[in-house]
Amino acid sequence: MILEIVIPKYLYLYLIFAAKQVQMRISEIENHLSKFRVGIAGAGGLGSNCAAALTRCGIGTLVISDFDIVDSGNLSRQFYFINQVGMDKTSALKENLTHINPEINIIAQQVKLNETNIPVIYAGCDVIVEAFDRADMKEMIIKAVQKSMPGIPLIVGSGLAGWGNANKIRSRKIDDTLYVCGDELSEISEELPPMAPRVGIVAYMQADAVVEILMKNI
Amino acid sequence: MKIILNNTEEELTVENMSVSDMLKYKKFSFRMRIIKINGELIPKEKYDSTIIHDGDNVQMIYLMSGG
Repeated sequence: MILEIVIPKYLYLYLIFAAKQVQMRISEIENHLSKFRVGIAGAGGLGSNCAAALTRCGIGTLVISDFDIVDSGNLSRQFYFINQVGMDKTSALKENLTHINPEINIIAQQVKLNETNIPVIYAGCDVIVEAFDRADMKEMIIKAVQKSMPGIPLIVGSGLAGWGNANKIRSRKIDDTLYVCGDELSEISEELPPMAPRVGIVAYMQADAVVEILMKNI
Repeated sequence: MKIILNNTEEELTVENMSVSDMLKYKKFSFRMRIIKINGELIPKEKYDSTIIHDGDNVQMIYLMSGG
């Protein structure tokens, strides 16, 4: 009888203690991540969802660029809402991210990125996330960052179309400056459109790679 | 010769092959890719003239549209 009373009481106290410890650890992590600036190149399926994850993690500054406007078709997988159709993506995303955390500093620019403006727009970023749609644009930013921003890690997304085989999606470190998330196999086509689950997995995997890099960065 | 290809050791029967030859030899046919040899990015124009040597670390990323 005594045990039955004593154990739950200690368990209860322990759980309160553990919950406080977890909250302290989260504050500590958020405090660390708030010191960094992360670039996101593209605000479509990968960029908008990755930005949401990084905002929730407590990243201090996000630099986001995209030339596009929100289309109703984007709502199937991108972090926008129906009342934002017609808005430019970077303004719409800034609005949504601010609803998660009003403290976050967002530098949003409606611009078409190229090899020349990337090193200027993303200057000062600790990590850059590649979130373009087209494979040739992915190639372009890899060249630009590797050539003009030596030492800055770039997280590329490649291979996310369709559905199923989610376990084939992985994060692969090439070296300290280049990571790739995706299955490197599934290309979008009319038969194989991008869909929310796999796009989201890759976007969140990219965000996780960013956090992993920044947590090591003391 | 032995090279490291995407973190896996590979034994190639031909010595000192160019990047283009290696792509043919391995039957890699993806249209968009990035190749780094010993950490250095190799531009497409240099696939014919860049020679892969014994012990080189070759990293390849396949670039798929979608994002």
